[in-house]
Amino acid sequence: MSMSLDVHGLPQSRVSNTVETPLEFSTEEGSLKIFGFWAFLAQDMILFATLFATYLILHNHTAGGPTSKDLFDVKGFVIETVLLLTSSFTCGLATFEMRKGNVKGTIGWLMVTVLLGMGFVGMEVSEFIHNVSIGATISRSAFLTGFYTLVGTHGSHVSLGILWMILIMIQLWRRGINAVTARKVFIIGLYWHFLDVVWVFIFTAVYLTGRVL
Amino acid sequence: MFEALFQYVNHNLIKNYMEYGADASIVMASLGIVFVLTYFKKWKWLWKEWLTTVDHKKIGIMYILAAIAMLFRGGVDAMMMRTQLAAPNMHFLSAEHYDQIFTTHGTLMILFMAMPFVVGLMNIVVPLQIGARDVAFPYLNAMSFWLFFFAALLFNISFVWGGSPDAGWSSYAPLAGAHYSVGPGENYYLLALTITGIGTIATGINFLVTILRLRAPGMTLLRMPMFTWSVLVTTVLIIFAFPVLAVALIMLLMDRLFAAHFFTVSAGGLPMMWTNLFWFWGHPEVYIVILPAFGVMSEVVSTFSHKRLFGYNAMVVSLVSIAFVSFLTWVHHFFTMGAGAAVNSFFSLSTMLIAVPTGVKVFNWLFTLYRGKIEINTAMLWALAFIPTFTIAGVTGVMLAAAPADYQYHGSAFLVSHFHYALIGGVVFGCLAGLYYWWPKMFGFTLNERWGKRAFWWFFIGFHVCFFPMYIVGLMGMPRRIYTYPAGLGWGPLNLIETIGAYAMGVGFILMVVDIALSTLHREQLKDVTGDPWDGRSLEWSVPSPAPEYNFARIPVVEGRDAFWMMKKGQTQRVDQSETLRPIHMPNNSGRPFLIGVAFFVAGYGFVFEQYILAIIGLLAILFMLAQRSFEYNTDHFIGVDEIRHTEATAGRL
Ligand code: HEM
Ligand SMILES: [Cu+2]
Repeated sequence: MSMSLDVHGLPQSRVSNTVETPLEFSTEEGSLKIFGFWAFLAQDMILFATLFATYLILHNHTAGGPTSKDLFDVKGFVIETVLLLTSSFTCGLATFEMRKGNVKGTIGWLMVTVLLGMGFVGMEVSEFIHNVSIGATISRSAFLTGFYTLVGTHGSHVSLGILWMILIMIQLWRRGINAVTARKVFIIGLYWHFLDVVWVFIFTAVYLTGRVL
Repeated sequence: MFEALFQYVNHNLIKNYMEYGADASIVMASLGIVFVLTYFKKWKWLWKEWLTTVDHKKIGIMYILAAIAMLFRGGVDAMMMRTQLAAPNMHFLSAEHYDQIFTTHGTLMILFMAMPFVVGLMNIVVPLQIGARDVAFPYLNAMSFWLFFFAALLFNISFVWGGSPDAGWSSYAPLAGAHYSVGPGENYYLLALTITGIGTIATGINFLVTILRLRAPGMTLLRMPMFTWSVLVTTVLIIFAFPVLAVALIMLLMDRLFAAHFFTVSAGGLPMMWTNLFWFWGHPEVYIVILPAFGVMSEVVSTFSHKRLFGYNAMVVSLVSIAFVSFLTWVHHFFTMGAGAAVNSFFSLSTMLIAVPTGVKVFNWLFTLYRGKIEINTAMLWALAFIPTFTIAGVTGVMLAAAPADYQYHGSAFLVSHFHYALIGGVVFGCLAGLYYWWPKMFGFTLNERWGKRAFWWFFIGFHVCFFPMYIVGLMGMPRRIYTYPAGLGWGPLNLIETIGAYAMGVGFILMVVDIALSTLHREQLKDVTGDPWDGRSLEWSVPSPAPEYNFARIPVVEGRDAFWMMKKGQTQRVDQSETLRPIHMPNNSGRPFLIGVAFFVAGYGFVFEQYILAIIGLLAILFMLAQRSFEYNTDHFIGVDEIRHTEATAGRL
């Protein structure tokens, strides 16, 4: 067995590159980074939890301005949800193609994901613009402050994800699928699914609840 | 007479200059460094060896140097406040100045002194203790440092540029909102804390992964040295607490800059929500800084008692339970909010509950000392001083935790004394013990004991002279955060004693700096040739001092607790020196973390002064550099066997 030591002096064979180990986990570095990313998601979860808590507390503090019932448009947020959920599925397909070693398939599905993501962000932006045009600005009431901050933070996460995904597509194009690019595809996938889960909470706790309460 | 003297000095000399004093001396020192660097043509060296380094040991050293500089700056703030309070009706500082100074003092000491000190020790020690060659993400580690560094810089320029924040380190709304705090001061606070907070979250993730994944073969969790355990628990606290602070800061910033209504009184905002969010982070934060200090205690006490740490498992359980409960106590900082009897009772009890595992730890240290072969040196003195001092902090903490009684103590000097007993008697004593203990591992020579002990006694006695009377004067009714007080309340004499104690602490600090300077001058005599000057127990003492870049030429195999001790006693195998060396894979240096720090500084400055073009330029620069990193595939190199052999031979290891 030829054993080379990696950065941390651990024999690389500790993470053995057998058939069962996916490529992205095949190096010590890859598996460390994936683990680290889970920890990042944990802190991001706390971040969103804080935003949810403040939003829910401020929900009825409308200060005589528009309420959630006045503002939330069922058709709009349902389409947004469909777009984002579909994009999570296509992102999963990209990982699937990556595991099979198919570069074109991976890039293709990432591309679809990016387009769906852009559609989502576009709808959100137009929703915000519409709200502002009828006077529902961030400084109108505490409710709106909480609303824009929570939903906007999610939206900017998605936007950053789109930029990041484009960078990864370029790298896939140039370098094909190897331990490093595979890890990147896997991590952006985690990120994207995470944002999807957050959206499910926004969908229920903000939009659906906001329509009835 | 005393008063008149101060009035004179004040009116004629100091008023406008004194508050620049600390910053000015830091600037002078920096200019001195610039001069020396230029004179000896060392700029390239500085860039190559330090500013671009990703080596955890060098990053640790930079953290600690910065922390000591901030201790100085915060200490000068403290001297000014104590001078102002030395006697009734003083006008050494105006009310506005006083407010700014207690705000910057508290913020600096917690975020820019205690945090980097603790993180610096973590950096230096953890990889060495677990038998690793670096942290999990060395590049990210450098980024954390530069974010901290430039955040500290941003915060410090507030004094000379635009005005300092003055709403207290806890920055309560609505006082800190746009309406009552006009000008950039409060923005400085918000931006600086956000930037350093991002770095801290990255540090938390980094060390969590490092400790969970990079331990040497055989080092199970329950064989880890106690300092490493304390850091592991701390990282979890960081990951769960710091995002809350980040969110709260951004919210207050939005209130101030974009007329949002999170914490305003009008339009349905809730000022008390800030208080809740702040302390939801704030209480865990005090444990983020104290737990690593507990870890240092455990190492130092056991090393210098020449005994195994007593009650290892109990220590671990108490660390974990303290961490858990620390998320359930935040309301004790504002019982007076009036949340109702049930809520206050819950938080009263949860707070008192924390004292139990804390007490367990204190007893374990005592039992470690019991029947040990105790060796007294400077590190041990700091550790021994920790025990009674911190115990007093705990006891008064439990007093404060009794909600009905707290209505009396709250916002009084009694409280101020409590948290100084915890933060100085706990965190600072612990960090200084760690500094003296690990100094040889950092620099290859020990510190001079004689000056070290002098510094200790001045600081230790000064501390109690300063803060013990503060409990009493607090019980007599003296509030915190007042810039002066009338005569005739009986507070004057005690305050004067406090001020004398504070000056003694200042002397102690200076003596410590003298110690460091003298020892550096005489480092040849103080050289640590063995790598194990204290007859240590854990793996960091098994490598040469200072540790080589790659830490371990061969990764040790661990078979029990106190791994190095067992090797020395022949209970387990030492690292086999005949085993062939292999090239070692190491990360490359990079200038980008530094530049990202600069970009954050620019963005932060832009937001502070609401110059959004600048802010956007900074943010774009950050994004650009992150993208650049993503395209970087050539990120590491190998150290060849010849070089390793040479390094080891120079350290006398072959
Ligand atoms: C047995 C453990 C402890 C207990 C029971 C305790 C209890 C308390 C209570 C009840 C308060 C609020 C009092 C008030 O505002 O009226 C308080 C404040 C404080 N404590 Fe502790 N504490 C403990 C340990 C610590 C430790 C370990 C630290 C720091 C390392 C610390 C730092 C602080 C600080 C900084 C404040 C007040 C900050 C401010 O209002 O500006 N405490 N403590
Ligand atoms: Cu607390």
